[in-house]
Amino acid sequence: MDGVHNSAMTAFTTIFRRDVKLALRHRSELINPLAFFVIVVSLFPLGLSTDSRTLLQVAPAVLWISALLATMLSLESIFRSDYEDGSLEQLVLSDHPLFVIVLGKVAAHWCTTGLLLTLISPALAISLAFPTQNLGILVWTLLLGTPTLSLIGSIGVALTVGLRRGGILLALLILPLYIPILIFGASAVDMSIDDLDVAGQLYLLAALLVLSFTLAPFATAAALRVTLE
Amino acid sequence: MRLFRFFHRFASPREFFRISGSMIPWLAATTLLLLLIGLYLGLFVAPPDYQQGESYRIMFIHVPSAWMSLFVYMVMAGAAAIGLIWRIKLAHVIAMSSAPIGASFTFLALVTGSLWGKPMWGAWWVWDARLTSELILLFLYLGVMALYAAFEERRTAQRAAGILAIVGVINVPIIHYSVMWWNTLHQGPTVTKFDAPSIHLSMLAPLLIMAVAFTVFYVVVLLMRARWEVLDQEQRSNWVDDYLEQLSS
Repeated sequence: MDGVHNSAMTAFTTIFRRDVKLALRHRSELINPLAFFVIVVSLFPLGLSTDSRTLLQVAPAVLWISALLATMLSLESIFRSDYEDGSLEQLVLSDHPLFVIVLGKVAAHWCTTGLLLTLISPALAISLAFPTQNLGILVWTLLLGTPTLSLIGSIGVALTVGLRRGGILLALLILPLYIPILIFGASAVDMSIDDLDVAGQLYLLAALLVLSFTLAPFATAAALRVTLE
Repeated sequence: MRLFRFFHRFASPREFFRISGSMIPWLAATTLLLLLIGLYLGLFVAPPDYQQGESYRIMFIHVPSAWMSLFVYMVMAGAAAIGLIWRIKLAHVIAMSSAPIGASFTFLALVTGSLWGKPMWGAWWVWDARLTSELILLFLYLGVMALYAAFEERRTAQRAAGILAIVGVINVPIIHYSVMWWNTLHQGPTVTKFDAPSIHLSMLAPLLIMAVAFTVFYVVVLLMRARWEVLDQEQRSNWVDDYLEQLSS
């Protein structure tokens, strides 16, 4: 039993390290989602108004929707290149349980996108006249929410990885499933500005994270087996 | 055991095609009859509402379509799960034939809700919780249909879209409650309070008859679509050749 546990753990860390290393070697792919996040957020003052009260009013939604879209556009990197060079097929055929491999890849994806988006979000928030004492809540919601985005997104990528043009389709499949996270994340940030208690939303975000952590890898594994057949 | 054998036989494409063909005329007649009774009771017999006047009568279309939109999603996801677990071809056919029908019911519920909302709430569209989750349900249906259409190979398409349908079914309650906490303006449920329904029998009876009529209608359309799918899927087998020959002679 112990041996099985160890080998699953090894599989997880091996995949995780490999994917993080690959991401670090492709600097531009690492930076693209971040640049997208920055550009989209800075479009809002340009299109809306430079009035700080207006900006503050839309800031929670703007930050959350931009982070969500940036994550979605980066999702393909979880499986796309591995699918194209055939290594994904080898991973599916390996002895290790597929959901462990999926978890390793998703964890690596989150560390190289969601985590970085979270880290730069305070700077963007300040540009939208966001009060500094509430930056903590923003970071917390993104820390709890973006892993869920990566986990749910992995199902969508696994389903569309075999298709040549999966981009728009991926958005159609994944965005409706992202709605609860957007609602709780943005409303927590919004309510924190009015100094209201946001523990409820944070607990719900955490609950969604636990739920998707336990279920999504199995769905992704099943989807990979179907599309790679 | 006999029941099991019946389902086993029914699940073979050929038997399904034969049995469903003989069921459709009866079910279609039942649909028509129930629709006529339900509409008559709803539009002529039921009294006008003391607050909403005559305009509440759109409820006899709106509420059954909204019920069906969820029910069909459950059938679709359930059939997809059966198809994936026990590898039954027919279950996949049922699941994928249900998707466009369910999407149509959802669309109908949205349109009638919007028409009803204009005189009641004073706006064609409000971001009310139940309207919004119905809209998201439509998106979920469209996702399943788009994924199914994207694959060239039917088997892969059925199984991939089936997985998405199951993922969606887990998300439906989460989406529903998240949207409900987010915002609500909708009138509360009036039928499911079983101890003392806050709806009078003269309105409840046509509503329930319409709900049954919609369900039978769904079964009719589902069987018609599934028969076509089965015929297309099995086009290389002998019985399809025989059937087509018989049809043309």
